[in-house]
Amino acid sequence: MAQLKVLVVDDEPGIRSGVARILRNFHVTYPFMDEDYTYEVLEAATGEEGIEIMERENPDIMLLDNKLPGMQGVEVLEYVRRTNHEIIVAMITSYASVDIAVKATNDGATDFIPKPFTPQELKSSIEQITKQQYLKRITHQLDEEGKKIRYQFLSVLSHEMKAPLNAIEGYLQMMKERQLGDMVDDYASPIERSLQRIQSMRNLIMDLLDFTKVSFEKHLENLQEVNLEEVASAAIVTVSPYAIQKDIQFENRILNCRSIWADPNDMEIIFNNLVSNAVKYNKTGGKVIVTIDCNDTELFLSFEDTGIGMSPADRDTIFDEFSRIKNEKTRNISGSGLGLSIVKRVVALYHGVITVESALDKGSIFTVIIPMAQVQNIKDGL
Amino acid sequence: MDKKIYTVLLADDDPDYLYQVSYYLRKAGYEVIAVESQKEAEQVLARTRPDIAIFDLMMESDDSGFILCYKLKRRYPDVPVILATAVSRETGLTFGLSSEQEREWIRSDLYLEKGVRPEQLNQEIKKLLKI
Repeated sequence: MAQLKVLVVDDEPGIRSGVARILRNFHVTYPFMDEDYTYEVLEAATGEEGIEIMERENPDIMLLDNKLPGMQGVEVLEYVRRTNHEIIVAMITSYASVDIAVKATNDGATDFIPKPFTPQELKSSIEQITKQQYLKRITHQLDEEGKKIRYQFLSVLSHEMKAPLNAIEGYLQMMKERQLGDMVDDYASPIERSLQRIQSMRNLIMDLLDFTKVSFEKHLENLQEVNLEEVASAAIVTVSPYAIQKDIQFENRILNCRSIWADPNDMEIIFNNLVSNAVKYNKTGGKVIVTIDCNDTELFLSFEDTGIGMSPADRDTIFDEFSRIKNEKTRNISGSGLGLSIVKRVVALYHGVITVESALDKGSIFTVIIPMAQVQNIKDGL
Repeated sequence: MDKKIYTVLLADDDPDYLYQVSYYLRKAGYEVIAVESQKEAEQVLARTRPDIAIFDLMMESDDSGFILCYKLKRRYPDVPVILATAVSRETGLTFGLSSEQEREWIRSDLYLEKGVRPEQLNQEIKKLLKI
């Protein structure tokens, strides 16, 4: 049993005793630890008293009313933030005070409990907060210093870079020790696997270079006339050895707008990644449709496949760095997990957006829309 | 000398790591159940009690290894677990099993960075199995 301390700061005794009563027998169980969380409730009638108790008792959670006799709730919040206390603050507030809610959120309140609240509402808020507190413990408060994103990126990167090295090293070690025999033929499979891992490592390094480039690029460079039809064809040629293997048919629908004004490298990044994904995640005998179109205001690109598709949950994360959908169907598909995050960044450089529609087992459509003003069509006169 | 053959449950989504470690462990005399995902590992745990388990940290999700440790310990509290990953400390991922707090939530008996030599892995397993 782990216990969390909950400090209620409210001038109404009824609220304080209510919270104490509701949480007395409440416990949160968590799929991960076999330990349940229970709660000890501390009470303060004013903001000043709340701060004093916080300093003395180090509670984990604060339920904070905004309207208090002396010091106001938002001021207590401000104090918590200034003094870097690792406490999760939930404001107890009436629906009416939206402006306070907004300010409190900016000041670091993590949750709102509407007043009046039912026992169930309080419990579900406390449950949410507890989970959050627990996850915070897992990430070791790295987020507190803004290190979280860097930590995730670096840890995954280090994982992705070291895994192939470990694999190749392991195979070389086996050869050195003659584990599988004295003939080079005994090692056909380890050699083949090592070559594959080297290839995937090379792809990762290339993607990392693209990623670094677009991450540091603040403005567009090297702008020139780019023929998108050529870029699309080149992307298809690049992926064709694999496409032939999987018997994938391509269809280019060039409706309008063959030439734009852009950095050719950027357009190559967009087309190469999206075309190669449309092939990699396709089914054998599938189809890829690349559409290029534009009107007065927008450039429209779409990449449609008849592949394995993805679930709504996967759809939310695929543009994140190193996110790869891992399931039975993707097991043998290699990739750095950086491609779509690179494409997203490139599209953003042109003030555009990328979206995806997908249905499991039916396919996906990636759509890129860039404002025409960013890539003015040469034909229309620049 | 104990003649019992010990069963190792090995879960890792890197097929090469899985192949290499299984190879060495089998050579060292263990029976190895090698699986490529958290899901498969859970299926194995539902019907088998291994003598020891080695879990990769990141498989289908970034915390697959943690979840497996937890699930294994809930079912078989006495089975030792090694958590292995290629993620290194330099990156800021600082968990180990040194502090009480960490031991409380990482349900693993040993944390290993990948790349340990097979003999060393075997030593660690023997230590945990007390053989």
